[in-house]
Amino acid sequence: MTARYLVPLAIFVVLLGFLAVGLKLDPREVPSPLIDRNAPAFDLPSVRDPERTVGLADLRQEQVSLFNVWASWCVSCRHEHPLLVELSRRNVVPIYGLNYKDTRSDAVRWLDRLGDPYRASAFDADGRVGIDWGVYGVPETFVVDRKGVIRHKHTGPISVKDWEDKLLPIIRRLQAEKG
Amino acid sequence: MRVLLSMMLMASSLALQAGVVEPRGFDDPEREARYKRLIAELRCLVCQNQNLADSDADLAKDLRNQTYSMIEAGKSDEEIFTFMVNRYGDFVLYRPPVKTTTYLLWFGPLVLVAVAGVALILLVRRRNLHRPDTQLSEPEQEKLRTLLAESDRDARP
Repeated sequence: MTARYLVPLAIFVVLLGFLAVGLKLDPREVPSPLIDRNAPAFDLPSVRDPERTVGLADLRQEQVSLFNVWASWCVSCRHEHPLLVELSRRNVVPIYGLNYKDTRSDAVRWLDRLGDPYRASAFDADGRVGIDWGVYGVPETFVVDRKGVIRHKHTGPISVKDWEDKLLPIIRRLQAEKG
Repeated sequence: MRVLLSMMLMASSLALQAGVVEPRGFDDPEREARYKRLIAELRCLVCQNQNLADSDADLAKDLRNQTYSMIEAGKSDEEIFTFMVNRYGDFVLYRPPVKTTTYLLWFGPLVLVAVAGVALILLVRRRNLHRPDTQLSEPEQEKLRTLLAESDRDARP
């Protein structure tokens, strides 16, 4: 007799569990297949200096680096930007930029006005490199190690909490890696 | 009225849809058919419940361009799907591949139907078992006959 009531209750509780977990998941966060794989190679002119090339080779010179996809038309990038500027001022980790589907003049003006946290920004006008990196929502930030392997990806603007809880521990770990 | 309204809405949505995809000059009708099928099967990652064919997002446009140029470059469907999956993951496919992580997705509904079917059969069986004796005893039969005869008589004018 009790089973008659307990079974539906159990099913209900399980369903509730699934729904509760589902509520916490962010459907916009699509796991990238590029994690722990070699970063896609690229060679693009720099935003500031069309004569200069920015590429994967630059990132591989660093023990760990951030590769931040940004654009002057991207509102969330503006929210994220002060954090990046602060990171570069404190020299926490070298940051490279991918200026995604932007115009050069807008991009340069943006950097001049809001500060330029990037060692260099690659100018990806048609978004081809963006496609190779699986970019679907700017801003996106990749953590790339010395071997040119993508170790982490963050989609959306980095909040202080994201930085402290997720990105910084990974970067510290990679900075401690030897070899 | 409602029918008319919904028909108008449908017509306008079709018109809007037709506006999204930029016209392509294919020489080969077979390639054009492949292009249409591919962009209907690939998901736009920006507006996640739309495919590339329906989405107006910038990224969808870029990926349509990518699909187009890959078809024109003679790539196979397989190669184009692999290209997309390598960059955006299985999520980009509207028809996810069957593998261990997607077994639940593919076979979950079948399992649910099977469980529900078994439960239904058990339930019906149990109900049949518990049904009280339907045979009337001889005195009850007699009483039934009289009652029926009476009601027959009453019904006549």
